[in-house]
Amino acid sequence: MYYVDPHIHMVSRTTDDYETLAKMGCVAMSEPAFWAGYDRGSVDGFRDYFEQLTAFEPRRARDYGIQHFTWLCINAKEAENVALSREVIAMIPEFLDRPGVLGIGEIGLNKNTRNEAIVFLEHLDLAMKTDEQILIHTPHLEDKYQGTRMILDMLTGDRRIDRSRVLIDHVEEHTVEQVLDEGFWAGMTLYPVSKCTPARAVDMVELYGSERLLVNSAGDWGPSKPTAVPDFILEMRRRGHSERAIRRVVYDNPIEFFSQSRGFVFDPPDAVELVEN
Amino acid sequence: MSTQLSSFEILDREFLPVRAKILEIAASLDRMQRAKGDVAEDARLRQLRTAVEKLLSTEPDRAEQIHLLFSRPYDEQWQDVLKLPR
Repeated sequence: MYYVDPHIHMVSRTTDDYETLAKMGCVAMSEPAFWAGYDRGSVDGFRDYFEQLTAFEPRRARDYGIQHFTWLCINAKEAENVALSREVIAMIPEFLDRPGVLGIGEIGLNKNTRNEAIVFLEHLDLAMKTDEQILIHTPHLEDKYQGTRMILDMLTGDRRIDRSRVLIDHVEEHTVEQVLDEGFWAGMTLYPVSKCTPARAVDMVELYGSERLLVNSAGDWGPSKPTAVPDFILEMRRRGHSERAIRRVVYDNPIEFFSQSRGFVFDPPDAVELVEN
Repeated sequence: MSTQLSSFEILDREFLPVRAKILEIAASLDRMQRAKGDVAEDARLRQLRTAVEKLLSTEPDRAEQIHLLFSRPYDEQWQDVLKLPR
């Protein structure tokens, strides 16, 4: 089955991973800007990173028949440096009209601090002024519930925001319902330990339906599995769900969400066909 | 989108994996107890014990409740507390 991974950090992965993903049916992916594992020292560090995201990674993906899209921001972990964050936010528009740029992301919170909230709000303002879609990171572990509620407060407090153009990622059992009920898209991240397993992701699809629900690997430089979406597909099949129902989550939904971005120009693979069940 | 399998089919499929996970928890607690030092009063161990107790609930939201047990509380007034510019 063809699928799209809507959140994966390929700058941290090898070319062999691109090959493996292509063999497993991945035809497109989107890569949000994130933390490199260390704090970058200057706005030029981000400019180089955005060059990599918008020029080099699409080329590497294309060699394996995968279409690569991206999102730009300074991530929450580096938002404690508000001065640098503002320099980066001012520089982002240089890249927004490049092919494959879907919007602003992954912005969000990490430890739910004042500075993180300030930088988050300034990213939202940029997205509204430039008419961009938004992809949001929610915090890890004990900070997730509080941080997700704070993020929802900030989003719903801004009347300019079209909720159907916002994806809130890394939802789990205690946050997914609120995100969907507020009208946002929700992403489930399949991580070995700290986020969601394929089985629990399928549980959430069964509980809440597949509307506005995405699944991703968030493969990065830490413990993660770039082939996690095929694991989800297998779990859906083992539980008896139809090919049409699976395809809705792993292919139709990401394309529907991305299609709201002017940077999303997608060439469907020739063999994509509706599976009747 | 409802579950396609029956409860019995799920139990058949998951009995051994769940048994294995419970054994891992049991062995981890035994390992801590055998080791030097005493973590009996450590807040994290108390959290783990409470989480295990929650597994015995008959409510169908155990996963959500265990998440909330390990979560920092949300304060509706957080924007005032952080003195966030409006």
